[in-house]
Amino acid sequence: MIDFLTLIQVLDGTLRLATPLLLVCLAGLFSERAGIFDIGLEGKLLAAAFVSAAFAAITGSVWLGLLAGILASILLSLLHGLASITLRGDQIISGVAINFLAAGLTVVIAQDLFGQGGRTPPLKSGGRFEPLNFPGSISSKEMSDAGPLMQLYSELLSGHSLLVYLALLTVPLSWFVLYKTRFGLRLRAVGENPAAVDTAGISVVGLRYGAVVIGGILCGIAGAYIATSLQANFTKDMSAGRGFIALAALIFAKWRPWYALGACLLFGFFFAVDNRFQNILMPAWALSSFLIFISLVLLSYVWKKDYLDKVVLGGLALGIAIISLMVISSVWTSGISSQVKIPVVFIQSLPYVLTVVVLAGFVGRAIPPKAGGQPYIKER
Amino acid sequence: MTMNPAIELKGISKSFGPVQANKDITIRVMPGTIHGIIGENGAGKSTLMSILYGFYRADAGEIFVDGKKISIPDSQAAIAAGIGMVFQHFKLVENFSVLENIVLGAESGALLSPSLGKARSELATLASEYELNVNPDAIIEDIGVGMQQRVEILKALYRKANILILDEPTGVLTPAEADQLFRILKRLREEGKTIILITHKLREIMDITDTVSVMRQGEMTATLGTKKTSPENLAELMVGRKVLLRVDKSPAKPENPVLEIEDLNMFDDFGVQRLKNVSLSVRAGEILGVAGVAGNGQSELLEVLGGYRKANGSVKIKGSEIDLSTGVAGDGQARRAQGIAHVPEDRQREGLIMDFMAWENSVFGYHREKSNQANRFFMDNNAIRKEAEAKLDRFDVRPLDTKLRAKNFSGGNQQKIVLAREIERDPDLLLVGQPTRGVDIGAIEFIHQQIVALRDRGKAILLISVELDEILSLSDKIAVMFDGKIMGERLPSETNEKELGLLMAGVSGEAVQ
Amino acid sequence: MDIMPKWVDIIVVPLFSLFLAAFLAALLILAIGESPVAALNLMIEGTLLRSAGWGYMLYYTTNFIFTGLAVSVAFHAALFNIGGEGQAMIGGLGVALVCLFIPWPHWTLAIIGASIGAALFGMIWAGIPAYLQAKRGSHIVITTIMFNFIAAGVLIFFVVDVLKPTGSMDPASANFPASTHLPTFQDIASLMGFEKAFRSAPANVSFFIALFACVAIWYLIWRSPLGYEIRALGKSGAAARYAGVRPVKIIMIAMMISGALCGMMAINTTQGESERLILNFTEGAGFIGIAVALMGRSHPAGVFLAALLFGFLYQGGAELALWTKIPREMIVVIQALVILFTGALSLMVRAPLERFFMSIKRADV
Repeated sequence: MIDFLTLIQVLDGTLRLATPLLLVCLAGLFSERAGIFDIGLEGKLLAAAFVSAAFAAITGSVWLGLLAGILASILLSLLHGLASITLRGDQIISGVAINFLAAGLTVVIAQDLFGQGGRTPPLKSGGRFEPLNFPGSISSKEMSDAGPLMQLYSELLSGHSLLVYLALLTVPLSWFVLYKTRFGLRLRAVGENPAAVDTAGISVVGLRYGAVVIGGILCGIAGAYIATSLQANFTKDMSAGRGFIALAALIFAKWRPWYALGACLLFGFFFAVDNRFQNILMPAWALSSFLIFISLVLLSYVWKKDYLDKVVLGGLALGIAIISLMVISSVWTSGISSQVKIPVVFIQSLPYVLTVVVLAGFVGRAIPPKAGGQPYIKER
Repeated sequence: MTMNPAIELKGISKSFGPVQANKDITIRVMPGTIHGIIGENGAGKSTLMSILYGFYRADAGEIFVDGKKISIPDSQAAIAAGIGMVFQHFKLVENFSVLENIVLGAESGALLSPSLGKARSELATLASEYELNVNPDAIIEDIGVGMQQRVEILKALYRKANILILDEPTGVLTPAEADQLFRILKRLREEGKTIILITHKLREIMDITDTVSVMRQGEMTATLGTKKTSPENLAELMVGRKVLLRVDKSPAKPENPVLEIEDLNMFDDFGVQRLKNVSLSVRAGEILGVAGVAGNGQSELLEVLGGYRKANGSVKIKGSEIDLSTGVAGDGQARRAQGIAHVPEDRQREGLIMDFMAWENSVFGYHREKSNQANRFFMDNNAIRKEAEAKLDRFDVRPLDTKLRAKNFSGGNQQKIVLAREIERDPDLLLVGQPTRGVDIGAIEFIHQQIVALRDRGKAILLISVELDEILSLSDKIAVMFDGKIMGERLPSETNEKELGLLMAGVSGEAVQ
Repeated sequence: MDIMPKWVDIIVVPLFSLFLAAFLAALLILAIGESPVAALNLMIEGTLLRSAGWGYMLYYTTNFIFTGLAVSVAFHAALFNIGGEGQAMIGGLGVALVCLFIPWPHWTLAIIGASIGAALFGMIWAGIPAYLQAKRGSHIVITTIMFNFIAAGVLIFFVVDVLKPTGSMDPASANFPASTHLPTFQDIASLMGFEKAFRSAPANVSFFIALFACVAIWYLIWRSPLGYEIRALGKSGAAARYAGVRPVKIIMIAMMISGALCGMMAINTTQGESERLILNFTEGAGFIGIAVALMGRSHPAGVFLAALLFGFLYQGGAELALWTKIPREMIVVIQALVILFTGALSLMVRAPLERFFMSIKRADV
């Protein structure tokens, strides 16, 4: 069906697209493990993307851009920390506000600086993270004639931006910090029972701010990546919900670094497929049977459940069955084996649908840190 | 040669806004003694302890440890001064191991492994010295409450505490576990450690302390040698007047059974069996007291009877079966319609909506009843408010302000609001859990009288309490629960604390002579 | 005792937050090189000083009343409904299907049908995340945000692939039949003899539906048993269980009411203004509803006032975008600041006020 090179290219895309998710996911991990629910990851990502692209465009140096992006993200993290930790405000509202703040400010400032309707100018070579080619790898022109091992090496392993390799390194680094250091022990403790940490004489506030700043750094790198490596400039709302998808991946990964890698690669894979295959054609009978199959799975699940489950999931199953019937009827005249084009919007919505499925817990329940989302107030 | 007091406070005062929690407190505790601090809720004991542990800074006064004046700006300073605290609600990280909990905050470096290794060997030494045996690798949520308390004590000892403060330590222990704790405390005393025991249980003060201080309304009203006083004396010092420690009640005149439970079994969300073949019955005009340490199924029993837990078995109210299969909310209102009223164990979490006003709380659970509606669509708030005022007045709720939010009432008055709501319905069966927890002595008397009055009106009452005194003084019949089972039933006149304590600890009735 | 008198809590705190937000926004405007005072003047001129300005402002206000009420109802149940955008989009789909495929003789009937359609579709779109939260514990904030994205996709699919008339290049459905068109303020004013008033402004009868919704929601939340249960559940899930209130039922009902209200917004935008289904007609109203609900303290009266304010800001913002360098996204910044100060940083706003009132109290004693 698909040849090896295409597969490699999709996997290559997976790695590139999973990188920002992974960094943001780990940012959320540190934050949530310390008990701060951070729904403002999206805003930090967006803000860092803009600031890094703007700095890179103005100064011509991508490293300055990266630094600036990280600082911007840290600033927003401190704001979130101020609201959640010091002022003990609602963490969700703070996160939502930060998302809007980033969405609005980035466009307003971009318009003021560059006058291009809210985007930054395309970055030239000094302003981008160039792909790092491993020694002995071949260029893309030579790729189709090369052997599979060489293709694997050159396309999948080599040729990524520095930030991709860096992101992969943060996984074992995070694991080590969380489980093998004093800081990690205290961080995990403060997310489960801040009172235990407080009575041991350690500053709850300090730990939580620390976690939030670490998150800021990671989001900053992610933002710089999407605007200077994945793309070559900043465009309005370019984060595209990645901040939330990373949260879903985090829940899927049960707040553990190595699982987070797996979860983000999975989501990255979906993004890569969406990118690569604009027109996915499927024989009508295959598509219909697949839809009916999902329908039946849902129906069998609700068989013994209560009224509400039957209504909601049953209704969903019915809707899917109707869609499959519509697919069949649309090719009635041309025969059941003819190809049906899956609408592009459907493919594009897949990551979001997958997020919901993950959150619905049909892929296993997850127990969050006990003190998550609640401000710590000393007992009277 | 005079010995310095292990710890001495001079003139400690602390206010929170207009409320003065501690007024000019002066205490001396000599090393190698066990000193008790007793007082009602709101007397200021917790504030004092918080000051000693660095959570609050005193507005005035001085603290001396071993004769040297020190200041305690935070917990670290307290720990450095050798003060260790064992809190009423444990400060443990549940999914960490014992070792990790002990090491937390007292690590010896940035990397974990050396800290854990050092702690492990130190723990072994401490265990042998003080007979405090624990499994260092056990996970906290898997070990029992008594064991968890030992971990808390070990935490303090690991940090080289010389002064150990324990806040209401026996609330979650069986009598046998409490005895074990006291043995450990005596051992620590022998080794020269100083122990301060904060409790409201007069009996504990008498049993184990060498000296005792009484706090009332922020002041230290007396400090005595324990041998020179008595429970009655202490109670009077706590409240400022003579206190009735037993309830005056006439003998019960029970009639037909109102509540009949047979073979009740219940599994919780994790599949653990919480109620095992429970069979009970309560007659009209009778108070059945269910004794037991918290966590042995009493709460679950109330939840099943209250209508928000599924269970299997047979439960009959006035002869008719109740449907137990629905559970998890929804049937609370059906139960109420059948004549069951429920005063829950946790009034702040379950019995009241703290942000609602008193009048709104007065119909909580009954808000859908016809008598509270003005028409098909809306509730009759005016009528509800009027009725609320009358109810609160009859129950002596202070201040008598139906528009005041529940969170602004004291614990005792909050409980009275709940009781007013449930008792005024004249229910056939009243379920009552921990009626006097966190309530001051004056209100306790009133609440006990109300419960007895209801019983005298010919109603059935199922009373659940962890306070054996309360069970013994109020009940006409006593049942003891342990591990989800009814261990036995006794008449108050035919049993005593020791026997009940054994049953509460799971020692079956047959073994007791 | 409640430290501050009630009126301070309801009026002064939101105003103070608004003032802080406005102050920061003014700084930003200065930084861009425009004058905040001139900007404010422009906004007032364009919005308050001409009837067409009011017409635009009240059109937006109508949207924000619906979304603000929606978020408020959900807030009372301690649920955060960020899915307003998606629920409104799907509500619009409902309106379009009703208006295009059922032959309505008169707009009074059409609006009833469309309202049912809009509310129903909005209800369903909010109901699925509600179900997931109630039954599976999936965090409603993340799921509703995802459903916003999915709704955008669904809308594109239906508009472009299903409802677009063949041969048209415009991504929009066919025009709704004239019998479904709603009278605008201009139409109403003309009936009374003022033909020139509200010149072609989009405000229409759905404004009055929004007002009615305010009153209805007030009665629902504070006078009905259902409202009592919603508020109780929102304050304490454990207590609600004790009182026999079914959490699953209340979560579903509260969110569905919320979704229905957001769907109703489409009556204003899709049936009242564009008179066909287009892409992007929500224009962020679902998110502004959050700011409106927070400013209005989840009370219909407050929501109404806050919706007026934001209507003013929105229309004023459009004027600014036309005549100055200040882009429309400025409104998003103000919205963010309002949410920040009223929601997350509220302690920062309340603490000085509380200290002030406590010092007055002590002086009295």
